[in-house]
Amino acid sequence: MTARESSTSASAPAGHGRVHVVTPAALLGTVAALFALTVVTVVVSRVDLGAMNVVAALGIATVKAIAVAAIFMHLRYEGRFHVVVLVGCAVFAALLVGFVVFDTTRYQPDLRAREAAETRHR
Amino acid sequence: MSGGGGSTPYLAVQFRDMEAQVETGKLGVWLFLGSEILFFGGLFTAYSVYRANHIELFRYAHFFLDWRLGAFNTFVLLTSSLSAAWAVRCAQLGQRRGLRFTLLATFLLAAAFLLVKYFEYSHKLENGIGWGAACHPSAEILASLPDAARALPVPAHLGTFFSIYYLMTGLHGIHVLVGMGLFAWLLRRLPTLGPDHWGAVDGVALYWHLVDLVWIFLFPLFYLV
Repeated sequence: MTARESSTSASAPAGHGRVHVVTPAALLGTVAALFALTVVTVVVSRVDLGAMNVVAALGIATVKAIAVAAIFMHLRYEGRFHVVVLVGCAVFAALLVGFVVFDTTRYQPDLRAREAAETRHR
Repeated sequence: MSGGGGSTPYLAVQFRDMEAQVETGKLGVWLFLGSEILFFGGLFTAYSVYRANHIELFRYAHFFLDWRLGAFNTFVLLTSSLSAAWAVRCAQLGQRRGLRFTLLATFLLAAAFLLVKYFEYSHKLENGIGWGAACHPSAEILASLPDAARALPVPAHLGTFFSIYYLMTGLHGIHVLVGMGLFAWLLRRLPTLGPDHWGAVDGVALYWHLVDLVWIFLFPLFYLV
């Protein structure tokens, strides 16, 4: 436990050994960071970075998601198992997207070539 | 309530104490959120596959979406996440007035989000931008596009992009609607909520943060890149 966390848990309801009450400073700091990152993501999208635009947008979105999960959703303060559930599901969703995209981009040129050949035959 | 006592009327018989009850409820909500991530994961896959193969379509369709409305809605949802997180704090500390204010604020911000979405959808549908084969942009909306887009022919499969757009933002919108119902339910139960009974506020707030998380990804993917 850091000094900040132990000082905040002093104000927790009596009897709740593991309850963590998030401080107003942490809540306001998080939302300020989220607002700032939203402005950053809009500004970055106006600069043409080619394929890097998507990477930048997803990177910033991931940082925002981690801030929401860590502070607003209390993951920073409590049970590891909740982190395993969230990160595990996010990783498997990303694996699904990743492998399906690899697959479709691998076969798409063949499909298009065949489609073009069939159009010529008709 | 003491850690090991059953001195609260909110403790269900199957639990040892309130801590066990709250922790069990939380775990259940987290497992539900995990299934929600996988649920949206399928739609993100559809988006990614279509984008990987038809990037030109995404570049074109993107002119139909107003990033200012998307950004406004992002700020609305982020603020509502703040008020939801603050509601949990108020419930834990027994601040009844603060709890009423933060729950009401979250409910109204959710309504504001859906109102903006309603204007976006109706503007598109009135101008012939439906999903699938029902996508025939009106001359009026085509004339309002920037010069770079007007120079291009309307892509043949524009409707497929909008199928994905309506499905993903629509499903997210349904989640916002369900969230509003949950916050209304909490407001109705306000007199029972407090330091010895805040698990429901926590569960609803967790769900609401996930709705916010999904939008954090939808906004740049549809409105920006």
